[in-house]
Amino acid sequence: MTEALLQVEGLVKTFGAGEAETRVLRGLSLRMDKGELSALLGPSGSGKSTLLTILGTLMQPTSGSHMMLGVDLTTANDRALTDFRNRHIGFVFQFHNLLPDFTALENVIFPTAVREGRETAAARARGRDLLSRMGLADRVDFPSTNLSGGQKQRVAVARALMNSPELVLADEPTGNLDRASAIQVMELIGQINRDEGTTFLISTHDEKIAATCCRQIVVGEGVVTG
Amino acid sequence: MLYALKIAFRYLLSSKAQSALLVLGVALGVFIFIFMSALIGGLANFILASIAGDLSHVSIVAEVEDPVLLLDQNLGHILLAQEKSALRQAFLRDAAIYVPMIAALPGVVAVSPQITGSGFITRGGQVAQVAINGVEPGKESAIVQLDSYIVAGSVRLGTGLTIIGQTLADDLDLTVGDTIRLDSAQGVNALLTVSGIYKIGQGGFDRATAYVSLDTARTLMALPQGVTRIEIKLSDLMAADATALRITAITGLKAKSWTEQGAQVMSALQAQGQTGLLLKTFAMVSIVIGIASSLLLSTYRRKAEIGIMRAMGASRRFVVFVFVSQGALVGLLGGLLGAGLGYVVLQAFPPRDAAHPSVMPIDIHEGAFGLAVLLTVTIATLAAILPARAAARVDPVTAIGQ
Ligand SMILES: Nc1ncnc2c1ncn2[C@@H]1O[C@H](COP(=O)(O)OP(=O)(O)O)[C@@H](O)[C@H]1O
Ligand SMILES: [Mg+2]
Repeated sequence: MTEALLQVEGLVKTFGAGEAETRVLRGLSLRMDKGELSALLGPSGSGKSTLLTILGTLMQPTSGSHMMLGVDLTTANDRALTDFRNRHIGFVFQFHNLLPDFTALENVIFPTAVREGRETAAARARGRDLLSRMGLADRVDFPSTNLSGGQKQRVAVARALMNSPELVLADEPTGNLDRASAIQVMELIGQINRDEGTTFLISTHDEKIAATCCRQIVVGEGVVTG
Repeated sequence: MLYALKIAFRYLLSSKAQSALLVLGVALGVFIFIFMSALIGGLANFILASIAGDLSHVSIVAEVEDPVLLLDQNLGHILLAQEKSALRQAFLRDAAIYVPMIAALPGVVAVSPQITGSGFITRGGQVAQVAINGVEPGKESAIVQLDSYIVAGSVRLGTGLTIIGQTLADDLDLTVGDTIRLDSAQGVNALLTVSGIYKIGQGGFDRATAYVSLDTARTLMALPQGVTRIEIKLSDLMAADATALRITAITGLKAKSWTEQGAQVMSALQAQGQTGLLLKTFAMVSIVIGIASSLLLSTYRRKAEIGIMRAMGASRRFVVFVFVSQGALVGLLGGLLGAGLGYVVLQAFPPRDAAHPSVMPIDIHEGAFGLAVLLTVTIATLAAILPARAAARVDPVTAIGQ
């Protein structure tokens, strides 16, 4: 059995209070191993995004435990979480992914530059390399607003990989793309997963996309149902 | 945080028109600040220079000491009236000792011992009352810049000579070289030759003061020793209060600073300074409002981006730095632009020495350029703190809005 990358137990997340209280997660438990490529499935509103933002340390659960790489993340403060996120977790979102005033390359190297306080030549070299692996060698210095939807998502994947994180969380990364672009993005993700052993958790409600992943995690009623 | 600075710069460049307007607004505020500094400072210098030129900064005037009245305390009710003697003359007996001591004090430019009194001039059948002012030959211009007011003859005094004002000369139909008879209140008279005529432009002065040498005045006032007044000129007239205290401490004489009489001028200067300060404060406040509101708007507009940056591992501090840097950059650019503008505009005004009463006495040296730029950068940075904190508090989850 492979080493556990992350483990959550009895995750509860409620929004609002009193009459308006919504229980989104109701004691969800999940374990992911290093090198997994998993799809997160479930109907709209089932709590996929909520789970991903908690796993990504962008939001604290109401209760439950959250361990990753042996670190207890439920008790960490904002500064520690920010640093942890920067080093160990990559994100790909559905919308609003790139910084509009920056080029593709500048977007990709952001996670390294923000940690080092400047854009180093080494970071640029890695950024270029990642972009060419995403098939964007000729779009390196393009302003990000001039890229197509599929290109933007591939830049976002490159950026998510910039700091060689153990875990990449992608929330419906193909939700906005046509089928061809969606398949291209998923193929690239699969390739990175095979070549570098990066763990991916990708939410989608598209069964075909989910089928490209090795493991399917289904959420419903606030818990993992399959 | 070079990287945060780069992002700040990029953000400012991405909305060029808005940033340019903001910088221009700041520059205008800085320009007003500098212009007001130059105007208020120039005005103060002008007023001080115009009164200070002929002013005694510190004066020591002899006072009559009334004799002590010896009375038996147990006599019951007594009405006691002391009549001031018009004949008894107050004088500073030991002036000869004190004058060099005072002259040696730091900041003292000139010390002028004087013997003053009153009398009248007779010329033919005409009589005019005058104030007699005896000064040391060679020190005629030590306090009043008499040499610059001479319209005829010479400023040099000596035995048997007098310098009178233009109005008096006109009244008595006198010219340089004419002889007059001067009777003092002490009942002494002398025949004097008019050696110079001055015109200060103040009626009273030009009509009523006759300058003579100290020795002539001594004879006229029947004062065998001492002087009646010592006038002192300083290099810095604002040091007058302190110097007066110092002279009193050293000599025991009652030295008075010009500010005691010049209180009105001082309070006028103060009022001017306060008005200037108020306007300068308004200028700075408008800079604060401009920058704070513009950055707050930008914070709102860039909410999603801030969320992305936070998700990618940008700390709250980093976000604060990005927005505070924008404020500082706007402050620096606006400050430099405003200072440059101020410098160019103030060039149009005549320099300090050539100031003319009909032109606003704006003094470029009072422009406080460095202070204006420094203050603007500081204030702009502080103004950015509120928007920066708002930016740092952006919740990445709601901002990204999945
Ligand atoms: N910040 C929030 N405040 C209140 N309710 C929320 C908030 N975020 C999510 N929800 C609710 O939680 C439920 C799950 O949302 P989400 O995790 O986005 O589901 P999914 O991504 O599977 O569509 C939804 O009913 C949604 O309305
Ligand atoms: Mg969702």
